[in-house]
Amino acid sequence: MDQATFIAELREIVKPYAKNQEALAQISLSTDFINDLKINSANLVDVVLDVEEKYDIVIQNEEMERMLNVQAAMDIVNAKLQEK
Amino acid sequence: MTTAAILQHLPYAAPFLFVDELIDIDEETVTGRYTFQPDMPCYQGHFKGHPVTPGVLLTEVMAQIGVVCLGIYLLRDSIGQQFPTVAMTSTQVDFYLPVLPGETVEVKAEKIYFRFNKLKCRVSLYNAAGKLVCDGVIAGMIIHPQHA
Repeated sequence: MDQATFIAELREIVKPYAKNQEALAQISLSTDFINDLKINSANLVDVVLDVEEKYDIVIQNEEMERMLNVQAAMDIVNAKLQEK
Repeated sequence: MTTAAILQHLPYAAPFLFVDELIDIDEETVTGRYTFQPDMPCYQGHFKGHPVTPGVLLTEVMAQIGVVCLGIYLLRDSIGQQFPTVAMTSTQVDFYLPVLPGETVEVKAEKIYFRFNKLKCRVSLYNAAGKLVCDGVIAGMIIHPQHA
């Protein structure tokens, strides 16, 4: 999946959980979910579950721990989609 | 794990233990009860001359039975001597009826998910007449898992 498509889709997923709407408007590969978007760790779980549902994939515990920014999320989702 | 063992693992003590008994528990659901003793200090001020159980305490009963007790049951194979550090991470509760001093309430909860150390449950609280008092969604999380 290309970068622009993924970022646009991820923006919709994180929208309900992001406290910093300004950072959300400027979301990029380097955006950090916790430090930039101000999503707390509990809501980050919901983000990951919504990502699972959107792309019909299952994310493992160690992948969840790495999924802290947009780049990491895209890498994990793309790797999962290629495995299919 | 027996319901008695679950109660022993609860990290609460008086005056902030809000579980008297567990009626039933399995992988998906839990049912428990608590009686609000009329001599609880909160009734002296909530409200002046008109004691009603504070909504935050109803929420606490829902969280202790519906999330913490169920969480202990789900973690039964890995829970050690030391209780892991947990935190309530979100509550969304609607209230329908008051609970007066001395009333016994029953909490029923069902798991929405338990993933990545977060337990999210749909929780309902009923009075002794079986009427719905409040319901909502409560979640909690293990902050520092213990490896015992």
